[in-house]
Amino acid sequence: MIPAAFAYARPTTIDEALQAVASGGEDVKIMAGGQSLIPVMRLRLAAPETVVDLTKVAELRGVRDDGDAIVIGAMTTHSDVISDPLIAQHAPLIAEATETVADRQVRHRGTFGGALAHADPAGDLPAVALALDAEFVIAGLGGRRTVPAAEFFVDYLTTALAEGELLVEIRIPKLPGTWGMHYEKFNRVAQAWSIVAVAALVRTEGGRIAEARIGLTNMGPTPLRASGVEAALVDVEATAESVAAAAEHAAEGTSPSSDLNGQADYREHLAKVLTRRAVTVAAGL
Amino acid sequence: MTLVEEPVAAQAPEAEIGKARLRKEDARLITGKTTWTDNMVLPGMLHLAVVRSPVAHAKITNVDLTAAQQAPGVIAVYSGRDFADEQGSIPCAWPVTPDMVNPGHPSVAVEEVNHVGEAVAVIVARSKTAAQDAVELVDIDYDPLPVVLDMEKAVGQDAHLCHDHIDSNESFNFVFDAGEAGTGGNTEQAFADAEVVVSRRFVQQRVIPAFMEPRSVVVQPQGDNYTMWAATQIPHILRVMLAMITGVPEHKLRVIAPDVGGGFGGKLQVTPEEVICMLVARRLGKPVKWTETRSESLMSAHHGRDQIQYIDIASDREGNVKGLRCRILADMGAYLRLVSPGVPVLGAFMFVGIYKFPAYRFDCRGIFTNKVPTDAYRGAGRPEATFAIERIMDELAVELDMDPLELRRKNWIKAEEFPFTTAAGLEYDSGDYEQATQQALELLGYDELRAEQRRRRESNDPVQLGIGFSTFTEMCGLAPSRVLGSLAYGAGGWENASIRMLPTGKVEVVTGSTPHGQGHETAWSQLVADSLGVPFEDVEVLHGDTAISPRGLDTYGSRSLVVGGAAVMKAADKVVAKARRVAAHLLEASEEDLDFSGGSFSVRGTPGTGLSIQEIALATFAAHNFPDGMEPSIDAEATFDPVNFSFPHGTHLCAMEVDTETGMVKIRKYACVDDVGIVVNPLIVEGQVHGGLAQGIAQALYEEAVYDADGNLTTGTFVDYLVPSAADLPHFDTGNTVHAAPGNPIGAKGVGEAGCIASTPAVVNAALDAVRHLGVSDILMPLTPERVWRAIHQGGDGGDRATAGTNAYGGAQTETTAGVSTDASSLGGDR
Ligand SMILES: Cc1cc2nc3c(=O)[nH]c(=O)nc-3n(C[C@H](O)[C@H](O)[C@H](O)COP(=O)(O)OP(=O)(O)OC[C@H]3O[C@@H](n4cnc5c(N)ncnc54)[C@H](O)[C@@H]3O)c2cc1C
Repeated sequence: MIPAAFAYARPTTIDEALQAVASGGEDVKIMAGGQSLIPVMRLRLAAPETVVDLTKVAELRGVRDDGDAIVIGAMTTHSDVISDPLIAQHAPLIAEATETVADRQVRHRGTFGGALAHADPAGDLPAVALALDAEFVIAGLGGRRTVPAAEFFVDYLTTALAEGELLVEIRIPKLPGTWGMHYEKFNRVAQAWSIVAVAALVRTEGGRIAEARIGLTNMGPTPLRASGVEAALVDVEATAESVAAAAEHAAEGTSPSSDLNGQADYREHLAKVLTRRAVTVAAGL
Repeated sequence: MTLVEEPVAAQAPEAEIGKARLRKEDARLITGKTTWTDNMVLPGMLHLAVVRSPVAHAKITNVDLTAAQQAPGVIAVYSGRDFADEQGSIPCAWPVTPDMVNPGHPSVAVEEVNHVGEAVAVIVARSKTAAQDAVELVDIDYDPLPVVLDMEKAVGQDAHLCHDHIDSNESFNFVFDAGEAGTGGNTEQAFADAEVVVSRRFVQQRVIPAFMEPRSVVVQPQGDNYTMWAATQIPHILRVMLAMITGVPEHKLRVIAPDVGGGFGGKLQVTPEEVICMLVARRLGKPVKWTETRSESLMSAHHGRDQIQYIDIASDREGNVKGLRCRILADMGAYLRLVSPGVPVLGAFMFVGIYKFPAYRFDCRGIFTNKVPTDAYRGAGRPEATFAIERIMDELAVELDMDPLELRRKNWIKAEEFPFTTAAGLEYDSGDYEQATQQALELLGYDELRAEQRRRRESNDPVQLGIGFSTFTEMCGLAPSRVLGSLAYGAGGWENASIRMLPTGKVEVVTGSTPHGQGHETAWSQLVADSLGVPFEDVEVLHGDTAISPRGLDTYGSRSLVVGGAAVMKAADKVVAKARRVAAHLLEASEEDLDFSGGSFSVRGTPGTGLSIQEIALATFAAHNFPDGMEPSIDAEATFDPVNFSFPHGTHLCAMEVDTETGMVKIRKYACVDDVGIVVNPLIVEGQVHGGLAQGIAQALYEEAVYDADGNLTTGTFVDYLVPSAADLPHFDTGNTVHAAPGNPIGAKGVGEAGCIASTPAVVNAALDAVRHLGVSDILMPLTPERVWRAIHQGGDGGDRATAGTNAYGGAQTETTAGVSTDASSLGGDR
């Protein structure tokens, strides 16, 4: 469990970091909390020439209020996310999902941005970001750009981040109206990744479900929105029957993998059950 | 204290045996302030890395070591060819039948590889990093052969061969027939006459011992002497075996097991890496170290279980059992290691469980496959047997429409029937199955849970409840040497101890039973504190070094207290006998007139006389005033060879919730009452039960070593090989009944394996009880949510899992962690 030799840079600003990435040679890896990167390097599944460690870049850390959105620095750790008051107020779903991530030690080092940039289909936060319509602020030597969540997750472990680019922060739009949220995660042992999970946001209006947003974890190479379920939950009676009927659409358009934890058809089934459960809780039923 | 002072202990001191002493060894183990093998640093020490086969079955056609040899820091690189003349074979000490086929097990493969992870080359370098860096520079060409993975196919017509120099995939066929042995009737006749026969095929999946401390070896050559430190359970056996393999004379070889971080049978082995370290140290004359990574451990340390069991049970309609017939396929993996064939054979005597079968037949075939060898794993043969009997009793109860507990009660040995000789020929020593069961039912709150189960069924609740039983026994205290001899095992089963009385009255206890986490230091101190009447704190227990404890047979098979502790008691008796003679001399009394109590000798009827054994130790050291003709020592040594096994038993009850929508199972409540005989330290006993339960439950619910169609171990990291943590396990309600074991002076029966043996069938029976009314009669272990869901909604036993590893860590599995990836590799984008 010894990684191959690599050069190491520890910048203190975003600009320095971008420079370090640009000058790091052929194969540069950005390191956030290292909780996904280091194991892969120790198993020698990755052998980068240079590792650029972001832990000392203070401006990447923390959560701020930016009017119609809250902004989470990419290097904000999972444990800081869990205890953050702005997140608790505006996007408690993120904290709820983050609490299911790994164990205390991993959450102490692992970061929100690192988890999103890693884009593991079994990771819990991408589907949450997708359901919240998060926006990803990306910096490169040429300047900054903002990518909506729907375009950020491109493929298995692949995002819109181009070579040399850095994920800087994630903007979470504040939600107007009355929203209930729930993250329903299914795994075999505590501290494990999701076999399937469902992030549900439901806006209710006087006993009716006005709209819903459903994010699916591990139902394909990228996180997905269950648009069939969402369509079935526009302005409907908030009843167990309507939720159950809508949840039947959860597997539409998904392409889950078959692995030790479950074959594709089982995952499709799980998506429906978990969607029903997630929406039921989010709708306060 | 002077000789005339009134003894302090006018009232008897508090007994140590039975006290929940905190463990002496824990502070250093928990804080890590101790020497593990991997902490060893010796001047000039070189580091080894092992290059492992990425393919399951192939001829080695070419080996190119040049690039690796030229890598920075590399001292030498060896292939199997380099060791071919001196590496011999990893020994198999248990030829279970006279015609057992042993294909031979080179430490480093020479011509052929037979499992993924098999050693194919060794790098020796100045640093661990340099050694690791050179691994990927070794270039080996393989000519792939068909892979043998499935035992049922391996014994079928036209099967591919695992070893082409032997003519089948069968290593042995071991049969025990009660009719032939004279311990029961004719089994075929019993089945022919039976009113009811139930037949089932059970699968004991392959599991991995997964000890906490990875294996590690250091060898230091000094002149023609060698010292080996190893993370092993068996320094004594290892020494003998290494001497035989390498030709280093036994007296020139010292083996030390320093603190060892768990083993569960996984370190009851003579490993290829231990042999390799010896050979390299001998060749280079330099100290060497090898420590495995977790992925190496999972793919190359021996695995456990892995049986297919065809079980037939015969009974009359009233539920009186008439016969039991067990046909077993036991997966040996690619080679035979130390006791690979003996593991299922040990089980041969336990399939009848606690029941009075008039007829019994056991027929086991050991099969080769292209997987890592199997060998001892906590319980070794007995969990497999217990699973089969406790599962088939439930199946018979269903067939007879009888309460599973009533069926058991009808057939189990009654308290007044002990000692009882079973159809398997074992004489069970003591116990009361009814009493343990009653207590367990109360602990569980059985009636209330049964009522809840009915309510949930009636309301068609998506979460169903079930209750599972396991009324088990096991054979412990391995083992009477004569019995081992009759089974062709290569060693005896005695244990040795000695006691040294130091001048200041402190006591050194030397034990041949080598702990690796069990708490020998604490328990042995308690034994000696009571026997000699010295303070618990005054006793030091020494172990695990063939130079310090020269005679011993180490730790496995719940033998340490029962056999090793008994040797300590015998040695203590001898110390007291010698001290008595000295005391009589000093007190000017005759030996017969001396009372020994609370550590002091006093002359009966003469108050005020008193001489403590600790004072006698000083007097012995001085030897100024000693009995004529007595050598000045009260130290003693004893070797204890049991005449019989001991038979702990217990009733384990599991209440299980099954979410029928997802297949998720959750243990609602777990209660067990174990009879482990006299309890020396209740805290240690409870700890052993908890740990055993965790492992037994883990086999039922979580753990499985999965190979894909190419023979890659896809559960290659702890992400995919699921070991539960405390967070995944329920609270355990535990209790004890006490029936002293008659076979040893302590009265203890052994507890190291009980929880692991008993719990697995209780858990599976509970899950089945929850969903039996939905048409489910079996679910393969581990009971993954997917399997449970499939069994409920699609019928069958849940079926095989997809073999692909999950994508976490970019899909680490042996095809990648062995250092080479194949085209079929499903690696993540991080590569
Ligand atoms: C035992 C264990 C259990 C876990 N369980 C879970 C779980 O249940 N659920 C879950 O969701 N996750 C789980 N994880 C993963 C955990 O959440 C990781 O922390 C997370 O996925 C990666 O975050 P990190 O900050 O450690 O990123 P790193 O490992 O440092 O980086 C991950 C990847 O993202 C890239 N990267 C990181 N930051 C940036 C950036 N700012 N810009 C561009 N690229 C960047 C890196 O180059 C790398 O490729 C677990 C991890 C462990 C070790």
